[in-house]
Amino acid sequence: MVAAGGASLALFVAACGGGGDDGGDGGDGGETAAAFEIDCAPYEEFGDLEGTEVTVYTSIVDPEAEAHQASYEQFEECTGVTIQYEGSREQEAQLPVRVQAGNPPDIAIVNQPGLLNTLVTQYDAVVPAPEQTEANVDEFFAEEWKAYGTVDGEFYAAPYDANVKSFVWYSPAMFADAGYEVPTTLDELMTLSQTIADSGALPWCAGVESGDATGWPGTDFIEDMVLRTAGPDVYDQWYKHEIPFNDPQITEAWDAAGAILKNPAFVNAGLGEVNSIATTTWSDAGFPILDGTCWMHRAANFYQAQWPEGTEVAEDGDVWAFYLPAETTEEKPTLVAGPFIAAFNDRPEVQAFQTFLASSDWANAKAVATPAGGWVSANNGLDPELLATDFDRLAAETLTDEATVARYDASDLMPSEVGAGSFWTGIVDWLTGAETQAVVDQIESSWPS
Amino acid sequence: MSTTPTPPVTDADAAATPAPRSRGVSDRARIARKRLSNPWASGIALVLAVLWTIPTLGLLVTSFRPELEIRRSGWWTIFGDVFSGEAQFSLDNYETALFGSSTNLGSYFLNSIVITLPAVIIPITLALLAAYAFAWIEFPGRDFLFVAVFALQIIPIQITMIPLLSAYVSAGVAGTFWTVWLSHSIFALPLAIFLLHNFMKDIPASLVEAARVDGAGHVKIFFRVMLPLLVPAIAAFGIFQFLWVWNDLLVALVFTGATPDVAPLTVRVAELAGSRGGDWPVLSAGAFISMVVPLVVFLGLQRYFVRGLLAGSVKG
Repeated sequence: MVAAGGASLALFVAACGGGGDDGGDGGDGGETAAAFEIDCAPYEEFGDLEGTEVTVYTSIVDPEAEAHQASYEQFEECTGVTIQYEGSREQEAQLPVRVQAGNPPDIAIVNQPGLLNTLVTQYDAVVPAPEQTEANVDEFFAEEWKAYGTVDGEFYAAPYDANVKSFVWYSPAMFADAGYEVPTTLDELMTLSQTIADSGALPWCAGVESGDATGWPGTDFIEDMVLRTAGPDVYDQWYKHEIPFNDPQITEAWDAAGAILKNPAFVNAGLGEVNSIATTTWSDAGFPILDGTCWMHRAANFYQAQWPEGTEVAEDGDVWAFYLPAETTEEKPTLVAGPFIAAFNDRPEVQAFQTFLASSDWANAKAVATPAGGWVSANNGLDPELLATDFDRLAAETLTDEATVARYDASDLMPSEVGAGSFWTGIVDWLTGAETQAVVDQIESSWPS
Repeated sequence: MSTTPTPPVTDADAAATPAPRSRGVSDRARIARKRLSNPWASGIALVLAVLWTIPTLGLLVTSFRPELEIRRSGWWTIFGDVFSGEAQFSLDNYETALFGSSTNLGSYFLNSIVITLPAVIIPITLALLAAYAFAWIEFPGRDFLFVAVFALQIIPIQITMIPLLSAYVSAGVAGTFWTVWLSHSIFALPLAIFLLHNFMKDIPASLVEAARVDGAGHVKIFFRVMLPLLVPAIAAFGIFQFLWVWNDLLVALVFTGATPDVAPLTVRVAELAGSRGGDWPVLSAGAFISMVVPLVVFLGLQRYFVRGLLAGSVKG
């Protein structure tokens, strides 16, 4: 124990020696970001902001946080504003506490439209976005995205970045060796799954375990299927509860997902039986692809960052992803998600920063400041060439594709009793043996009136 | 406490004295030892100790395994692997936990110390004074006040968070160390006063009276008579409070947030898993780094810990 104490003391001393540079400058990130110049003119109309400070509260922590901080540098240089960045994984729980205690940050990056809605309607704490920000959003974002940042007709929050969830990860080498083609329709996908199953292998691997949020990866799967079998219009009615959760069209989508997730001939490759999906950590569930025991894993673009170090994510590399196909090749419904920028203060420096974050300048600066990749935005002013990896370009293309019909993650739009409650637990019940009808009835009955 | 060492002593005496005369004593000693040390009880205690240590052992083993191994197999497989020579160990987790971000763990370590020391010293100081008053100074409403203070323990700290935070905001100390120091002191005081009061009350009144007869006032009695006798109790409560504050996440998270200037180690360790929780293998190393200090403190002061615990309950 003495040795351990000594060692910790040594670490402590060493840490103190290097502790001087906590300016949040992300090393490489900072240097490369400096290469991207922005136009300072849009921020002059907010007056002289030199020496002011804006606090930002997010749920994005290191290592990703470094790139976010680096992407604000040009704005800081332009205006002289200091951005105080604070990231905490508990942000979703802590933000309402701070708001109620009268201590909100200037800007919070809110992860769901549902939380934004709560902050606006219950706490009356969010200030509407300034017109300059709104003009930027009108210019650079699709209407759907603006709508998710709008509450009761008032525009509050610009979109921050974006996740694209409709992807299926696979090993290009395994596909090439076996002579399989990337499927382009849902039928082809099912046929391919059957072909693989006939060859004696299990085609799919999946996992929905995620601590106290266990179940969410499964809700994404269902949502993707609703978009495909029932269509975007039904999807909108579904999350708004204009049709019940146990509507036959929704049940059909669950069964379509069940044709993969609950089919013992299809899952759970390299991990166990069907019910092992419920206990496999979502971030590890695709790893059997690397071992060659699993063929396909449906996961969002941010799964790119989950692959173990040294995994080559490329079209000719270890892993790559294809778009989860729809019923025909013409339609391209895509499940997306992403945080929004809510402001709790209307000081000019806060409004200037909001405007900056909604601009294409920020999107491009962020792309440059993220050399490791794993980041995209729905901002259509984003230059795909600046994105760090081919996969990010694929995700960005999917977002901006004319044929793409983007729909926000429904579980984030539903009331939290369902979207972060019974929908999640329903997934676990469903994967561990419950019948589809029983599960959707149960979720419907939990919908708050 | 005094009963445990007795049997061996009498046993030794019995061995030294001629056998026939001390037959009764040695029998009684044997019976006493038998009653006090039941092999079943020892067995259960041992099993409990092992069971309770297994998670920590698992954490320790995990923290030295490479990330991919952690994700692929459980820590217990290491024992088979060690024999087959396939076991892999690495310090990568510790490196990532310590230096893997823009602000290294050192500054959080410092914050933890800056938070913990006053958060231990303030409540002990206040509680000592209050406990003395409750135990040895007669004043009207003393019993009622004492019960009221003790009853404060019933209030769960969770419901105090938002009102306290708004109080700090209006006092202008939000986001500083004061918020955690004050909060931890507030939460610790009822139990501290109660424990120290009970201990002070157990000190024979004749001692205090003798001091008074000799002309000592309250201040002198407190410093010369009480304090030296209270050292084990203070140390015991100090360890309690130290462990509680050092391991606290909730209070620190609510009042300091996650800013590197004031956030303690626990807050940082909770963030180690990354924005989406995908880096959880690093957590094992982070947890161990933050465990080192309380372990050292506990092992260093455990003598007082056991003594103080018993002193409060089964004194004499």
